Amino acid sequence: MFKKFFRKKPTDRIFFLASWASIIATAAVLFFVVGYVLINGLPHISPALFAVQFTTENQSLFPALIGTLMIVGLSLVLAVPLGVCSAIYLVEYAKRGSRFVKIVRLTTETLAGIPSIVYGLFGFIFFGVFLGWGLSLMSGAFTVSIMILPLIMRTTEESLKSVPDTYREGSFGLGAGKLRTVMLIILPSAMPGILAGVILAVGRIIGETAAIIFTLGNVARMPNNLFDTGRTLSAHMYALANEGTHPGEAHATAAVLLIVVILINALSSRVARFIKA
Amino acid sequence: MGKRALIAVTAFSAIVWIILFWIVPLPVIILTVIAWIVLLIFNKELGAKILFIASASAAVIAVGLICVFLFAQGIPAMLDIGVLNFLTGTDWRPTWNPPLYGILPMIAGSLYVTAGAILFGVPVGIFAAVFMAKFCPRRIHKVLKPAINLLAGIPSVVYGYFGMVVLVPFVRENFGGNGNSILTASMLLGMMILPTIITISEHAIRAVPPEIYDGAVALGASHESATFKAVLPAAKSGVTASVILGIGRAVGETMAVRMVAGNQAVMRMPHEFLSGTRTLTSNVVIELGYAYGDHRAALIATGVVLFAFILLINTMFMRIRGRK
Repeated sequence: MFKKFFRKKPTDRIFFLASWASIIATAAVLFFVVGYVLINGLPHISPALFAVQFTTENQSLFPALIGTLMIVGLSLVLAVPLGVCSAIYLVEYAKRGSRFVKIVRLTTETLAGIPSIVYGLFGFIFFGVFLGWGLSLMSGAFTVSIMILPLIMRTTEESLKSVPDTYREGSFGLGAGKLRTVMLIILPSAMPGILAGVILAVGRIIGETAAIIFTLGNVARMPNNLFDTGRTLSAHMYALANEGTHPGEAHATAAVLLIVVILINALSSRVARFIKA
Repeated sequence: MGKRALIAVTAFSAIVWIILFWIVPLPVIILTVIAWIVLLIFNKELGAKILFIASASAAVIAVGLICVFLFAQGIPAMLDIGVLNFLTGTDWRPTWNPPLYGILPMIAGSLYVTAGAILFGVPVGIFAAVFMAKFCPRRIHKVLKPAINLLAGIPSVVYGYFGMVVLVPFVRENFGGNGNSILTASMLLGMMILPTIITISEHAIRAVPPEIYDGAVALGASHESATFKAVLPAAKSGVTASVILGIGRAVGETMAVRMVAGNQAVMRMPHEFLSGTRTLTSNVVIELGYAYGDHRAALIATGVVLFAFILLINTMFMRIRGRK
C-alpha cells in the first residue's frame, strides 16, 4: 500500500494522505479522551468514593450510581414494551406506506433529533410543573423513556426485518395465527438485536445530563420513593466539574462513568454479533 | 402525506393525552384497561393488534405533547417580550428592572460554535469515512468500527470535562485569551460530531453501486481518483445528510459547550473567536434552575427558538435523505 505511494500522481497522493491523516486524527481523539480520563482518574478511585452516604468530604458517587440504576430500570420498564410493540406493529401488521406508518416514522425521526436540553425543558414543564410531579424519579424516567423510544423502535424494527420470511411462512403453514407467529417465532429470533438496542439505550440514559437535571434533579442522595429527587452519575459528574473544588474526585468519577460506558458498548456489540452467529 | 394531516394527527393525539392525564379520572382509565383485557381474552388477535397500534401512536403523541407544551408556554412569552425585541435584542439582562430579554447573542453564539464545529469536524469526518469505506484494510476496520461507536457513546459531560481540563488550558497557552472561548467549544464540538458524520457517510459510500467504481477504474482512473471523483460524488446525498445530522448534534449539544464556552451573554463578532460566548442551549441549562415568572417563560421561549432550529435541520435532513 505504501510502497506504491511515490508512483502515484500528486493529487492521488494528497487524497491518500488526507484520508490516512483524518482517520489517525479520529483515532487520536478517542485515545486521547479515553486515555486522559482513565490515566488521571484511576489513581483517584478509592473506597471512600463508594461510601453509602454522600458527604462534602468524600464526594461519594454511590448515591448517584444507585440513582442511575433506578432511572435506567424505570425508563426501560416504560420504553421497552412500548418501543418493541410499536416496532412489531410497523413491521408485522401495518400496510407498507400507509399514512399512519409514515406519520409514525416521521415523528420517530423527529424525536431522535430533538436535543436533550429540549427534552429537559419539556419534562420540566410537563411532568414537573403541569402534572405536579416536581423533580422526581417519575419525571426523570418518563422524560428519558421518551428520549430512548426512537432508538429502541429503530433497532427492534431492524432486527424484526432481518428475520427471514420463511419463518413466517413456515409458522402460518403449520396453522399458527398472526399473534402466535409474532410472539413465539419472530420475537425470539429477533431477540439478540432487540437486546443490543436496549443495551445501547442504557448507555444513552447513563450519559444523559441535560434532560436529567431538570426532571430528576441534582441532589446527592438516593431517592426514597418514586416521587423523590436524586441524581445520576453524569449529573454528579457535571456538579463536580462545575464546583471545581474536588478535582481528584471529579477525575475519578469521569473515569468510572467512562468505564461503565465502555463496558456497555462492548456488551452491546458482543450481543449484536451473536445475531449473526 | 400532507403536512396538514400530520399537524391534525399530532394535535389530536396531544389533546387526547392531555385529557387522559387531566380530566379523565383514574376509574375511567382502569375501566378502559379492563375492557381491553376482556377483549384480549375473547379475541386475542384483535386485542393484541389494538395494543400494538396504541404503542405505535406513542411516538406521535410524544411529539405532539412536546410541541404543544413548548409552544403553548414559549410563544405567549415571546409575544409578551415582542418577537422582534426577543429575537434581535442584543441584551440579556433578566435581573434588570425592567428586565431585558434579547437572545441575539445566543443565536449568534450557537451559529459560531456550529460553524466552528463544521470547520473542524466535517473535512476530517468525510475523509475518515472514505478511508473506512475504501482504503481500510479489513483488520484495521475491525478495530476502528467499535472505536468510532465508542466515540459516539462517550457521554457529553465526559467530553465537557475533557475540554475543561485539556482543551481550555491548551487554547489559553497557545492562542491567548482565558481559554473558555468560541474556538475551544468549536474544537470540542468538532470532535463530538465526528462519529455521526463518519458512520452515516461510510454507510452512504458503501451503498454506491460498485459499477460506478469499476467503470472509473476501467477508464484508467487510479483507486484514489475513482474513489474521490466518481464514488464520493455518487454518495453526495448521504454525505450531505450526515453533515446536516452533525450540525443538528452541534446546535443541540448542551453540557459540553456549557463547560468550555465561557457563557458570557454578550454579542460577539466572528473575529472575537478567543472570547467566550453563550449558546441557546447553555442559556437554558444555566438559568432554568433558578428562574421563575417571566424569566422562566423567556427561557422556555429560548427553548422554542432552539426547537425551531432543530425542526428546520431535521426537515432538511429528511428531505436530502429521501432524495436518493
